[in-house]
Parts: sequence; structure tokens; C-alpha cells
Amino acid sequence: MRHLISIEDLNKDDIIRILNKSEEFEDVALGKRRSRILEGKILANLFFEPSTRTRMSFETAMKKLGGEVINVSAQEASSIAKGETLADTIKVVSNYCDAIVIRHPLEGAARFASEHSRVPVINAGDGAGQHPTQTLLDLYTIKKEIGRIDGLKIALVGDLKYSRTIHSLIKALTLFETKIYLVSPPILELPKEFLEELGGDIEKAELDQIVGDVDVIYVTRIQKERFLDEEEYRKVTGSYKITLETVKKMKESAIILHPLPRVDEIAVEVDYTKQAKYFKQAFYGVPVRMAILTEVML
Amino acid sequence: MTERELVISKIREGTVIDHINAGKALLVLKILGIDEKTRETVSLAMNVPSRKMGKKDIVKVEGLFISEEKLNKIALIAPSATINLVREYRIEKKFKVKPPEVVRGILKCPNRMCISNAREPVESIFYISLRGDEVVAKCHYCGRKISDLAKFII
Repeated sequence: MRHLISIEDLNKDDIIRILNKSEEFEDVALGKRRSRILEGKILANLFFEPSTRTRMSFETAMKKLGGEVINVSAQEASSIAKGETLADTIKVVSNYCDAIVIRHPLEGAARFASEHSRVPVINAGDGAGQHPTQTLLDLYTIKKEIGRIDGLKIALVGDLKYSRTIHSLIKALTLFETKIYLVSPPILELPKEFLEELGGDIEKAELDQIVGDVDVIYVTRIQKERFLDEEEYRKVTGSYKITLETVKKMKESAIILHPLPRVDEIAVEVDYTKQAKYFKQAFYGVPVRMAILTEVML
Repeated sequence: MTERELVISKIREGTVIDHINAGKALLVLKILGIDEKTRETVSLAMNVPSRKMGKKDIVKVEGLFISEEKLNKIALIAPSATINLVREYRIEKKFKVKPPEVVRGILKCPNRMCISNAREPVESIFYISLRGDEVVAKCHYCGRKISDLAKFII
């Protein structure tokens, strides 16, 4: 049985296999082709924290492959949590389904759940920890929109310190031949310890210096609560905002990604440029999650 | 008589843990599970002058041959500790402790948001590695890395 807990559980071949499979499912996600490959299977969505996008895209992916979904809402899950341990909840729920998708506020909760489950567990975010399905869909978007991952120059912009999306993505990108630029305010830099562990071609940069040279700009939200001073927050977010001016300096073929939801780190006008791919990225969540579901259940 | 023998006498049979970093002997006992219920004679010396280390601690447990697996856990807090297994006053085996690859239930993860600190049937698991001379542990659940492990002994 396979679980998907951390992007580090996968090697480059695993990632490429999942991305290729995702491509096969894109027609099904678009409704151009029908598939019943997961007919008779039941997925349990166990969300101990609210989530719209991730939960809905898993549900859509499962249903479009002919499977069924049982949902436990954040409210129901938290009332379960009051009465019993996560270990017990998982032992019970894993009797009712063929796979579990879990989101939980505690780091390591998905790994722990997998140790108590009879069925595969997919991590849909555990606190500040891992969110591997997001990373896979980020990689898929890059591959689909540019045609490859190897050889690309990728700028990661915004909160590099706390963003779990960024941490997982960097780890995955270093498995490929990429050049990574880290663009962030000093207080939100990638933790030194984390950086030391990584191999690969990584350097700090200012957005202005590299904007015309990169193939991908991956933007994350800078959270207000990370700043003590509101003035400082405004200054910082202003200088990392992607605007039409930024897009003008970009290569024609370059793309802008964002895990969403955004606040104001990308100006709305940018949505209409051909570089803006973040809504497409959200759509790609469906075929990628289809690939993951079949990977763990079949 | 040497200086060391003045501090604690030789044992006839059992385990001698020498070259423990000064001040860590009590934690060594904790790691080994030696407490008030232990029936063997245990002698402990702290801050003993040492040529190699300046100061060191020593623990001797009479009549008990502690397993190598258990002794290696001492390396988490005293990586230079040496073990002498003694029989009839003679050293039968001597070795330096080697950190285990995995330790369970010994270290507490400092991350309050880690599932290993929740009200769950969970035992902490850490993967041990060396960063130069320093022993580093990585939490199996949340991935948090810790060093200066004496602070995190449960």
C-alpha cells in the first residue's frame, strides 16, 4: 500500500510518472472523455481544518473517475476529535473507505494517520508541514505550460520562510535541473538551515534583476501577521507585488503561478495577460489528483 | 592508586561508562532507565579531572551488563563516552558509543504543533545523524531538527 505524505517520499521517477499520468487524465477532467476507473471505490475526505479548493478538487477528481466520496466536515471532524484520538478516528474511518485524504492542523498528523490506517492516506496539508499534492500540481503546471521542467529558471517570490508550499516545491525542483532564485524580504527569507540541506543551483536575488530572465515566477502570499509593524508590512508587500509593469519586463514565454488564494500580491489586471497561469494551475489540481488517487488505490 | 580509583572503586563485574561529558551522568542514568527501582549498586562520579576532557563524569553499574544497543543511546548526549564491560576485575570488552540511527521514546520534539506532542497514542521517533562532531536528531513526524540533545531527553 502506498501513502502520499511528503514530497520527499517521491523520487524523480515517481514524480515524472505521476505527471505523465496526470496528462492522461486531463481529457477526463475537462469532460471530453469518461472514465470509470475508480468505480466501486470510496474516498474519505477527512478535513480537520477548513479547505475549499483542495477538498473540492479531490472530490471532483474522485467523482469524475466513477468513485464515491464521503466527506467529514471540519466541524464534524473537530467534534470527533474532542471525543477520540486521531489514531482511533483513522482506525474506524479506514474501515469505510479505500483511501483517506486528510488535512489536519498538527504537523506530522498525516504520517501518524498512515501508521494507523488500513487504507492509503494522502496528505492534504498538515499544519505548517507538507502539502505534496500542491507541489505535484505546481510541477504539472510548469511542465504543461512550458513543456519541460529541466533547464528552467524559476523565481520564488514572497514568504519563503513560513510557506509550506514553497518548502515542498523547492525540494521537488532540486530533483530537476533548475536554477532557483529566492526573492523575499529579509525577515521572510528561506531558513538558513533549510537552505543548507538543499542541493541544486539556488541563489538569492532581487526581482528587478531577474524578472527578464526567468521562465517561472511563483508568487506566495505575504501574511500580515508575520509583521510587528503595519507600515513595514505595507512597504514590503508593495515591493513584491506583481503588476503589469512586472509582466512587461518578463519573457513572452514566461509564466506566473500562485497557489491561491491571493490577497493583493498579484494585481487583478495581470489576470488578463498570457503570463498569468494561476487559475489554470487551480484547474490542473483535478487531473493531478486523479493521477494520485489512481496511484494509491489501484 | 590512580586518581580515578580514588573517586570510585573498581568493580568486579558489570558496566563502566567513562568519558561522559561533565555534568551529564544523571542524564545517562535516565537514558539507561536506571532509577530508584534499580537493585544493582550504581556509583556515579561527576566532574572528575580528566587529561583528555578537562572534566568528565563516570558511571559504574555493578553486576549488570547493559546491552550495546541501550548503551549507544548515550551517544545522543555524550558522544565521547567509552564503555568497559568488566568481568572478574578485568576489562572484557571496551568500545566507544556510537549514536543509533533511530531512537524511540527518548527525545521530545520541541515543536508544540507536532503530532508527537498531542494527546495521541504516539511515541516520539527521531532519526540521528552527525553534523561534524555534533549529534543531530530529526523528528519522524514534523521533520524538526534538533541538536544539543540533552535538553530534549524525556
